[in-house]
Amino acid sequence: MTTRIFGSGIRRREDPRLITGGATYTDDVTLPGMVHAAILRSPHAHARITSVDTAAAGAAPGVIAVYTGADVEGALAPIPCAWIPPESDVKPVAHPAVAKDVVRYQGDAVAVVVAETRYQAEDALELIEVGYEPLPAVVNPVAAMADGAPQLHEDAPGNQAFHWVATGGDPDAAFAEADVVVSDTIVQQRLVPNAMEPRSALANWLGSMGELTIWSTSQNPHICRFLTSLITGVPEHKIRIIATEVGGGFGSKIPVYADEMIAAFCAMRLGRPVKWTETRSENFLATIHGRDHVERVEMAATRDGKITGVRSVVHAGMGAYLSTAAPGVPTILHGLMYSGPYALTGTRADIYGVFTNATPVDAYRGAGRPEATFLLERLVDLVAAELDLDPVELRRRNLIPKFDSGYDVVPGLTYDSGDYEGALDMALEHVGYAGLREEQASARERGQYVGIGVSCYCEICGLGPSQVAGAVGFGGGLWESAVVRFHPSGKVNAYVGVSPHGQGEETTFAQVVSDTLGVPVEDVDIVHGDTGNTPMGWGTYGSRTTAVGAGALFLGLNKIKDKARALAAHLLEAAEADIEYADGQFFVRGAPDQSKSIQEIALMANVAWNMPEGMEPGLEASAFYDPPNFVYPFGAHVAVVDVDPDNGHIVLRRYVAVDDCGPQINPMIVEGQVHGGVVQGAGQALWEGAVYDDNGQLLTGSMQDYALPKAHMVPDIETLSSETPSPHNPLGVKGIGETGTIASTVTIYNAVIDALKPLGVTRLEMPLTPERVWQAIHQQS
Amino acid sequence: MTLLWGNIILLAHSALGAEFYRRILLANPAVEGLALKIQMTVNGQSREADVEPRLLLVHFLRENLGLTGTKIGCDTSQCGSCVVRMNGATVKSCTCLAAQADGAEITTIEGLSAGGELHAVQEAFWNKHGLQCGYCTAGMIMTAVELLERNPNPTPEEVRQGLEGNICRCTGYHNIVQAVLAAAEANSATSSG
Repeated sequence: MTTRIFGSGIRRREDPRLITGGATYTDDVTLPGMVHAAILRSPHAHARITSVDTAAAGAAPGVIAVYTGADVEGALAPIPCAWIPPESDVKPVAHPAVAKDVVRYQGDAVAVVVAETRYQAEDALELIEVGYEPLPAVVNPVAAMADGAPQLHEDAPGNQAFHWVATGGDPDAAFAEADVVVSDTIVQQRLVPNAMEPRSALANWLGSMGELTIWSTSQNPHICRFLTSLITGVPEHKIRIIATEVGGGFGSKIPVYADEMIAAFCAMRLGRPVKWTETRSENFLATIHGRDHVERVEMAATRDGKITGVRSVVHAGMGAYLSTAAPGVPTILHGLMYSGPYALTGTRADIYGVFTNATPVDAYRGAGRPEATFLLERLVDLVAAELDLDPVELRRRNLIPKFDSGYDVVPGLTYDSGDYEGALDMALEHVGYAGLREEQASARERGQYVGIGVSCYCEICGLGPSQVAGAVGFGGGLWESAVVRFHPSGKVNAYVGVSPHGQGEETTFAQVVSDTLGVPVEDVDIVHGDTGNTPMGWGTYGSRTTAVGAGALFLGLNKIKDKARALAAHLLEAAEADIEYADGQFFVRGAPDQSKSIQEIALMANVAWNMPEGMEPGLEASAFYDPPNFVYPFGAHVAVVDVDPDNGHIVLRRYVAVDDCGPQINPMIVEGQVHGGVVQGAGQALWEGAVYDDNGQLLTGSMQDYALPKAHMVPDIETLSSETPSPHNPLGVKGIGETGTIASTVTIYNAVIDALKPLGVTRLEMPLTPERVWQAIHQQS
Repeated sequence: MTLLWGNIILLAHSALGAEFYRRILLANPAVEGLALKIQMTVNGQSREADVEPRLLLVHFLRENLGLTGTKIGCDTSQCGSCVVRMNGATVKSCTCLAAQADGAEITTIEGLSAGGELHAVQEAFWNKHGLQCGYCTAGMIMTAVELLERNPNPTPEEVRQGLEGNICRCTGYHNIVQAVLAAAEANSATSSG
C-alpha cells in the first residue's frame, strides 16, 4: 500500500531555489533605468516642523528629486486604518504618508530623496535641513491617558484612540460570589517583529497605460492592491502587486505603509522605476511593533478551585497612528478569548486604545491571543497558589471537557472542537511531570532552583467568516479563492489568493491537489503572491492560509473531479452514476479495466474533440470558500527552567509542546511552525523588548540592542500532537502558525515564577533579564 | 556619508582595515568620487571592477555582479544573512569593503552548488526543513559549511555555539541544528565509505 501524500512529511518544493540563492525577493529585482529612494525620518518623537530646506540635497551628485510633505500632500491620500471595531468610538486620525506639519514618532517620514544609486540617496539625506520645534512626548499608554499628558492628535482628546468593552455572561456576579479573587498588573512589552527580510518596494509606473506595478514585501498583495488604489488614486485594475518571495512577516508585512506608497509616488512623478529598501535601523523605527499592553487583570474562583470570571482593564498602546489592522488586535482577537480552554461564567474586557509617540503597533504573531493566553494562564497559576493546589490540578478542574462539534463560551464564540485535557495529559506524560516535581524538591534542598511552567490554551484563527468580519469592523472579507487548471499534459497549476512567505504552502497545497486528484505531487505547482495572475484573496495571516485557502482549493478540486467524472462517463460510454474514482483513475464500477486516468481526461478536456453535449472545454475550476466559523486549535505546553539565584541567569532547559491543529497535511512543516513560534514566544519572555526613553527615543534600535533569540540560547523543542478535526472545515484542518507563540511566553514565565517561589518572588516584568530576576530575589531577602 | 564613516569605524577594528585606512583614505582625503580598481575571484570566476572605496562587499556582489543570493538582514553585523567565504574564512560581507576583498577568493551561496549538485549542507537543510522563509538561509549554510570544515563531528551544543552569529526568525533553530548534524553525518559516511 502506498503512503498517502496527505499527512506525509515530504520535503518542501520551494527549497531548491532558497538553498541555492536562486530565489528572487523584492530587493533582488532590478529594472532598466531603476533609481533608488531613501527616506529621511524624524529624529524626534514629537515636534512641529518649522522648515524643510532641500536645496543642497537636490544639488548633490546623482540626486534626481527630493520630495517633502508639501509635495506629497494631495497626491497620496492619508494611510488608512482598515479595522474599525464598532461601538468603540475609534478615532481614525489622518496619517499623512510624509509629515508636513507635525512628526509624532521617531521614524515618521519627513522627506524622500531619489538618486541614481542608493549611496547617493543616503548621502543626500544628510544635506536636508529640517527645522524642528520639539514638543513634549509620551510613550507609556497609561501615562498617555493621564491628565496633562502631551496630546498627539486634536481630534483624539486624552489620546484615546478607542474604547471597546466586551462583556460575556455575568462577570460581576462571578466576582461578587467568588471565594477567591486574584489580580495582577501585566505589562505586555512592545516587541519588534524583525522578519529577517527588511521591507522593500520597487514601483514601476507605465504612464502611457496608467499602470502601476509594485514588487512589495506583503503578506496580502490583494489587500495591498486595494489600499494602494485608495491611496494613490490609480484604479485597482491598473495596479499589480507582486509579492511572490517574501522573507518572513509575522504580521509586520500585513499593513500598507507610507514607505511603499512613497516609492509609488516617486515612480509616478519621475517615470522611472524606484526602489526603496529599508535598513534594519529603519525597520526598528518604521515597521510596526507588536503587543504594548498594560493590563490590570483579575480572576474569580471558588474555594474548591472552580474559576468563574475574568475581568481586565487594558491600555493598549497604538503608537502615533492606527496601523492597518491595529484596533482589531487588542479587541476582537484578544477580548473575545477570555474564556480560553475553560468554562467560565463571566468575562469582561475593557480595552482602551491609546495614541503614544511611538512606532505604530499592529498584529504581531499571535496578535491578541498571546496576551489573552498570558493573562489567563498567569491568573490560573495565581489562583492555584492562593488555594495551595498544584497548577495542573487546578487546570484539570476547569478545562472544558472533550467535545467534537461546537461549544459555546460566554464571550460569544462557539469553539469548533477540542480535547484540552487530552493534550495536557500527553504533555505531562512526555515531560515526566511527577518526576520533575520530585527533582524540583530535591534541587531546592541543594539550593538549586528548577521551575516547571504549564499552560493550556485554545486560540481563534482561520480568519474567518466574512459576515463576522463585517460585523466586527474588519474592512474586508475573509474568504479565500483558488483556480485549479489542468494543462493538456495532465500537469496542474493552482492559483491561490493567499500569500505564503515561509509557511510552505507551495508544498502542502500541492499535497492536497495530489491527494484529491491522484496526480503526482511533482506535477503540481502552486502560484501565489502576484495579483497579476492569482484570484482575489485576503492574504496570509491569522493562521488562515491552510484553514481557509486550502478549503477553497479543496472545493475547486472537487469541482474538477465532478467534471472529470462526467467526461469519463461520456468517454467510457457509461452512466455517470456508474463511474467510481480511486487514485487518479475514473473507472466503471465492477470493470476497473474500463478506466480513464485524470491525465487522459485532462487531455481530452483540453483538446475537446469529444465532449458531452453542453460541457465546456478545458479542465479548470474556480472556487470560493467562506468559512462558516473560525477554527480553534489548542494544546498544552510545559517549560522547564533552571534559575541561578546568584546572577539571575535563566536557562530554558526543556520545552514540550503538544498542539492540535486537526489533521496535518505535512507534519514536518507543522513541527517547524511550532519550533519557530515557541522560540519567538520565548523571545518575549526572556530577551526581547522595545525600550523607549521618556522623550520617545528608541533605545533598542538595532539588533545590537534588541536581543533576538539565537541558536545557543534555546533548547531543542519537543513537539507532540493530537488530532481533533474541525467539524466545519472541508479538510478538518486548523491553523498552526501562531500556536507556539501564543502558548510559550506564559509557559516560560510561569516556569520562572515557579522556580523562584521559595525565594518569595511572585511577579516579574518581561523580558525576564538576569538583572530583573536578581533584583527581585534581592528585594525579597 | 553615513555609510562611509560607518565603514571607517568598522575598518579601524581590523588589521586589514587599518592597512586600508593608511593606504587609501589618508592618501586620498577626497575619497568620494575616487574609483579603485579591484579584482577578485568569485565562485571560480575572475571579476574586475572600478569601485568606490566605500562600496561594501555585499553591495558589490549583489549589485555589481548580480549575485543576489547573499542577503542583507541588518546593518550592524548581527544577523549573518550576508555571510560569504573569503579565502576560506566566513566573513559578513556587509561589514567588509569590496576593496578589502581585492585579490581574494570569494565563494557565495551561488558557488556552493556550482556544478549543479547540491552541497551536503544544502541537501541537509532541504531534508531536515532547516529553512522557512529562506532569507537567512544563504548565510546559515555558508556558516555551517565552514563550521563543519573546522569541526567535522560537532555536538549539538557546538553547532548551536557555532551558529551564534546567524539569526533566524522562522525556525527556532531546531531544524537548522538537525540539518548541520545530518550534514556532518552524511560527510562522515561519505569519507569512511
